[in-house]
Amino acid sequence: MANAALDPHAAIATTASGVETGRLTTADGKPLARALARSQRRARRRAFLLVLPLLAFILITFVVPIGQMLQRSFYNDGFSANMPEVSAWFARTERGTPPDEEAWTALAADLTASAEARTIGVVGTRINYDLSGSRSLFTSTGRQVRRGIEPPYDRALQEIDEKWADPQLWSTMREASIPVTANFYLAAVDRQRDAEGNIRQVEERQQVYVMLFGRTFWLSAVITALTFVLGFPIAHLLATLPMRRSNLLMILVLLPFWTSLLVRTTSWMVLLQQQGVVNDILVWLGIIGGGQRLQMIYNQTGTIIAMTHILLPFMILPLYSVMRTINPSYVRAARSLGATSWTAFRRIYFPQTLPGLGAGAMLVFILAVGYYITPALVGGASGQLISNMIAMHMTDTLNWSMAAALAAILLAAVLVLYWLYDRLVGVDNLKLG
Amino acid sequence: MKRVLFLGTAIGLIGGPALADVNLLSWGGAYGNSHLEAYAKPFTDETGTAVNMSDADNPATPIKAQVEAGNVSIDVASVEYADAVRLCDEGALETIDTSILVAAEDGTAAEEDFIDGAITECFVGTDVYSMVLAFNADKYADAKPASPADFFDTESFPGKRTMRKGAKFNLELALMADGVPAAEVYDVLATPEGVDRAFAKLDTIKDDVIWWEAGAQPPQLLADGEVNMAYAFNGRIFNAAQADGQPFEIIWDGQIYEMEGWVVPKGAPNLEEAMEFVAWTTAPAPQARAAEFISYGPPRRSAASMVGNIEGGDQPMGPHLPTSEANMTNALGSDLDFWVDHDAELNERFNSWLAS
Repeated sequence: MANAALDPHAAIATTASGVETGRLTTADGKPLARALARSQRRARRRAFLLVLPLLAFILITFVVPIGQMLQRSFYNDGFSANMPEVSAWFARTERGTPPDEEAWTALAADLTASAEARTIGVVGTRINYDLSGSRSLFTSTGRQVRRGIEPPYDRALQEIDEKWADPQLWSTMREASIPVTANFYLAAVDRQRDAEGNIRQVEERQQVYVMLFGRTFWLSAVITALTFVLGFPIAHLLATLPMRRSNLLMILVLLPFWTSLLVRTTSWMVLLQQQGVVNDILVWLGIIGGGQRLQMIYNQTGTIIAMTHILLPFMILPLYSVMRTINPSYVRAARSLGATSWTAFRRIYFPQTLPGLGAGAMLVFILAVGYYITPALVGGASGQLISNMIAMHMTDTLNWSMAAALAAILLAAVLVLYWLYDRLVGVDNLKLG
Repeated sequence: MKRVLFLGTAIGLIGGPALADVNLLSWGGAYGNSHLEAYAKPFTDETGTAVNMSDADNPATPIKAQVEAGNVSIDVASVEYADAVRLCDEGALETIDTSILVAAEDGTAAEEDFIDGAITECFVGTDVYSMVLAFNADKYADAKPASPADFFDTESFPGKRTMRKGAKFNLELALMADGVPAAEVYDVLATPEGVDRAFAKLDTIKDDVIWWEAGAQPPQLLADGEVNMAYAFNGRIFNAAQADGQPFEIIWDGQIYEMEGWVVPKGAPNLEEAMEFVAWTTAPAPQARAAEFISYGPPRRSAASMVGNIEGGDQPMGPHLPTSEANMTNALGSDLDFWVDHDAELNERFNSWLAS
């Protein structure tokens, strides 16, 4: 105990733990640990209640609809729910079984029932997704069978349309008889199943999605690089200028940010088109002849220029916020120790801007990958992105399963990039502002 | 007593009008305005039923979403014919009893008075619009282009063209320009060789085409001198020529016409009022009135002669309508079954062709 008397920590512990009970209590005698836990629990509950509206909002308006939309990409019961008997026949038999009498009877019964219930269009649309041209086969057959159909059904149906004997059609129906399907994902990467169920590439002239995914990621990378090249010096200038002047410049950076996206896109049209301001000036200066006006818009160039401009503030702002906190004495110290200005920049200044650069590049890239309206308006033939195809399937062909599959692939690719970024740079390193 | 009265009024104010309203979903812009002026306002004046109008990019999309979600707030919507067929087949629309439609003034039954295909199980046509070729008359002072073949003839008629970014209309136009008569276009297009032929024809002007996405773009491109010829919706060209005095002329030869009309989504909250609205607005007089606001022709034969002057002007609207007889000589009616079947396939090929 002599040692304990000398040890200052032991003395504090003895005093604090209370001589009589041996543990800490509050003024009214309750154990301190429990009282603390309870009050903390109450505070946590209150904090949770505060964010509850936001949580519910995000859940209802964001998570649930996106989840439902994504479900469509692999689940479509348009065929199986409305054609139960023939679906059951498919379930009983093996792939490649030619349709027997039982199958024809089931098909005729299902077609009649679904024509009566007015769901034949849903069935036809589902098959049409995988086998183009078969929707009208279902709807026109539906109109005929509503008037009545007599056995033998195989002959009766083939009399209505000989396409009913097509093995490709039966193979497509077999796949559609299971509501869970990978076909939309296959189609989204230019693949399809043949009559034997093997996965193969679609004809070359039908291939479009893989190329568009590639182009979307490539253009997004180019745009991210351009915003970096243009934005870095501006952010540096903003961060180093005296406050009054940098605020003025900041307004110039933010002004386009506050302008409507469509206004900015249309302004680029006015500037860049062949009869536009830039071409007019070039012709007036005599740099190009009247007949050689440059095509700078309605192609990839137009998409890159307009999107770089529109996304530039997303690069500048995070960079600026990081650069402002960089202590200038580090670079000065490097210079005083003999580093050239380039070495000081490369070894001292630039690494410190990385969190801002990472955040900016991430923002710009992810926004660019999903960009829709600008490429639609100024992209022409060569500046279309995958989002334009998603929009086409949403609003024109009304094939929402396909739109969902394309969107899911896009989402997955962005998440993979995010994960890669986390592995390479570290997400903790991200500084958004 | 006073209190009861007050309560009654309050309930009447909250419940009454909302129950009897017609919720109309339209497209906005000049077209939506024609619905407002020729249909919604006079209907309310006549029947006392209020019409709440809202706009969508394409009303078919919200209909599909609302019916699938089982939460329908739209009573009547204006949709394109193709979407009406598709939604009807999918069971997303109420069937419309044709006996409610108003007969023509000379007593002709409505079924006879509407042009072919303007009435289906779920759809009643309100107007006919068309894709037409148009050119800037200032650019072609001497010889003027007059046919689809001229549109593809970049030697005689130099300058850029603008076309819709999509397979529909362009493939038909290409075949007509290649000498296929309007009546045979879809037979040819139904064969793989026909599709190849159409793309081969499009190849000949691919480098001279700026592709438009929004309907407002072609008149803009024409006006800026960015293109000399355009393949666009007739209403857009007409508006630019009339309202803005642009020197645009329309080539009616080879026009491809389509219909738009009313549909009633399945489970519409005010079904009875919706049907009343459909019947009232598709009578000849309101249809003729709507055609004075926008150059889309009425689909009823008896309405053609009732169309007056362009709204706010002293020129007759008649010659500017796709349905006028002189304009119909080499016209092609868009084949919806074909496009509902092949939409996705041909658009994929078209996009692949564009990118190559």
